[in-house]
Amino acid sequence: MGWKRKDLLGMQDLETTEITDVLDTAVSMKEIASREIKKVPTLRGKTVVNLFYEASTRTRTSFEIAGKWLSADVINFSASGSSAEKGESLLDTAKNIEAMSPDVVVVRHKAAGAPGLLARNLRCGVVNAGDGLHEHPTQALLDLMTIREKKGHLEGLNVTIVGDITHSRVARSNIHGMRKMGITVTVAGPPTLIPPQCQELGVKVSHRLEEAIAHADVIMMLRLQHERMQGGFIPSIREYSRVWGLTLTRLQHCRPDVLIMHPGPVNRGVELSPEVADSRYSVILDQVSNGVAVRMAVLYLLAGSKGA
Amino acid sequence: MSLLIKHGRVIDPAGGVDAVQDVWIADGRIHKVGKSLKAPAGIETLDATGKVVCPGFIDMHVHLREPGFEYKETIASGTRAAAAGGFTAVACMANTFPVNDNRAVTDYILARAKVEGVVRVYPIGAVTRNLEGKQLAELAEQAEAGCVAFSDDGQCVMNAELYRRAMEYSLPFGTPIISHAEDCDLAHGRAMNEGLVSTELGLTGQPSAAEEVMVARDIILAELTGAHLHVAHVSTAGAVRLVREAKARGVRVTTEVTPHHLLLTDEAVRGYDPNTKMAPPLRTKRDVEACLEALADGTIDCIATDHAPHALSEKEDEFAEAANGVVGLETAVPLLLDRLVRSGVVDLPTLVTRLSTAPARVLNLPGGSLAPGAAADITILDLERPWTVEPSAFRSRSRNTPFAGFTGTGAPWMTLVGGATVTP
Repeated sequence: MGWKRKDLLGMQDLETTEITDVLDTAVSMKEIASREIKKVPTLRGKTVVNLFYEASTRTRTSFEIAGKWLSADVINFSASGSSAEKGESLLDTAKNIEAMSPDVVVVRHKAAGAPGLLARNLRCGVVNAGDGLHEHPTQALLDLMTIREKKGHLEGLNVTIVGDITHSRVARSNIHGMRKMGITVTVAGPPTLIPPQCQELGVKVSHRLEEAIAHADVIMMLRLQHERMQGGFIPSIREYSRVWGLTLTRLQHCRPDVLIMHPGPVNRGVELSPEVADSRYSVILDQVSNGVAVRMAVLYLLAGSKGA
Repeated sequence: MSLLIKHGRVIDPAGGVDAVQDVWIADGRIHKVGKSLKAPAGIETLDATGKVVCPGFIDMHVHLREPGFEYKETIASGTRAAAAGGFTAVACMANTFPVNDNRAVTDYILARAKVEGVVRVYPIGAVTRNLEGKQLAELAEQAEAGCVAFSDDGQCVMNAELYRRAMEYSLPFGTPIISHAEDCDLAHGRAMNEGLVSTELGLTGQPSAAEEVMVARDIILAELTGAHLHVAHVSTAGAVRLVREAKARGVRVTTEVTPHHLLLTDEAVRGYDPNTKMAPPLRTKRDVEACLEALADGTIDCIATDHAPHALSEKEDEFAEAANGVVGLETAVPLLLDRLVRSGVVDLPTLVTRLSTAPARVLNLPGGSLAPGAAADITILDLERPWTVEPSAFRSRSRNTPFAGFTGTGAPWMTLVGGATVTP
């Protein structure tokens, strides 16, 4: 395995071969999850710090389980608000954590670029678990793993990402990752929720849901944050749901083998009707399971593959 | 104080001079400029062979931070930074603490400058009390106390009616209104320019329109009132176009651009270095090209640094949290000499005009020329001097520059204020 990186900061800087490495490693990790005793000694004696500056249940839990199944000591460090509010700078916090000699720091922060700042200043590995609107690479990796698992391959597929692209780090990471893997990506949403010059990222942009999903192999629905009404991005949740919500009726015009994905948590009845969320098309829970496998793979590649 | 500066290339755009000449200074004033002057025996002489002798450079947009933020900069350190950078005068913005919105603060700044300053300091008063955009500051008293212009720089006065009144009220003082053109709603909470780079970095961008709608509004208000509008730190192609059109129509509008908006684009923000964060933000290549073109054709009158010192702790944060602004006094002239003059983008007399003649004219200051009788404020350049930007060597108390490690050739050699050499 040719993994050489100290950190995993984003999909934008990963090579195609590195993405494949992670996905292949994740497949073997998934086997561990199917065992009765879900524990291997791979990271025994290693310390993983979950440094979460933003509320998160599933991502933090997913990293925690991943670390524990690999026998690492996992410490959760929750810090509310920005470093400025706390009066301690992010760098100071980082240096304090460094003094405790962790092997990997998993960081989520509301500021884009914060994991990069830590990575430049810490000797240990840094995993970006979501930074502002920038990237969320392990989400993109688990999405790719899920698609590959269900479709058997990635190259040549059509994926449509629907919703609030502007405020989505999941969309950005997936756009970079999917493009590298040979997937054609379409983003769809009202113009207010499509970021400026989005086409230059190499995606198609659509403002009509039916057209955007008609030929998709995969439809990825994004969560709509309720506060978007305040910014004037949408007039109301009601209207958004009527124009952009995915329902069984709308799915009738899609490919019969289409996959429905969602990074969670789902706003049932807003971007996804409950029937769609629970339908046979939905692979939302597979995404969650694969999330643990992908994070095991990432922790292993960063902390474990360099010898114990 | 008498001095004879011999054999330098004298560039005085106001007097149409660009030739090897001598400059004779007597009693702190320019006595005579000409070829092979015969000065009285015993006068101190300075051999400026191979150097360029210019009217003193004036940075019409700096933040000296005193009173209130002396940990960032003081009048003592800021004016030393200015002298080191080749500036003989600076105009300082009003966003101190307390705000320079009344005569007492103006008096204080001038008193400190007299005692501790090493270059001339011209205060700019606030347009509105406490920069709140709600009520006019006492503009008449401030003008009387020595404010050379009025500006809420750092904040945009969103109330058009109030801004109109400020323009009208200040008409008798002959002081320009300097606009920080940035629509608060379009720019709210946005850390960089809106475009492909902001999309990729996941930072919320502000569109060029945030600047342009305000430049358009302020031009229209200047037209309505007949006031002299000076647009601070113009940064977009659209804003440049608006100013050009307004000038052609005869509106009293002038403008300035910063070195960083001439030399960097939003590509510099990749890597999230907070030293690339300022207001207005770094724009695109297209905007930089428009600014350079406007600088050459005179649409942009002045170059000003918007020197904005911040402590390390305010800058080594997450990008979105970090303070806005960069220092510029000690890097501007070397960068401009190398990147603009040496590379042929503008000629040296044009640069001297933008740094000296024009800001003096915009602010109605006594400097900006080497005419007999003028104060002997002189900047002497060495076009062959190699340099590297080393923030640790700054005279400024702050180090927040996006140009650390840049190298080039051509730098200020000597700065004279009132005929006396300033040792920064």
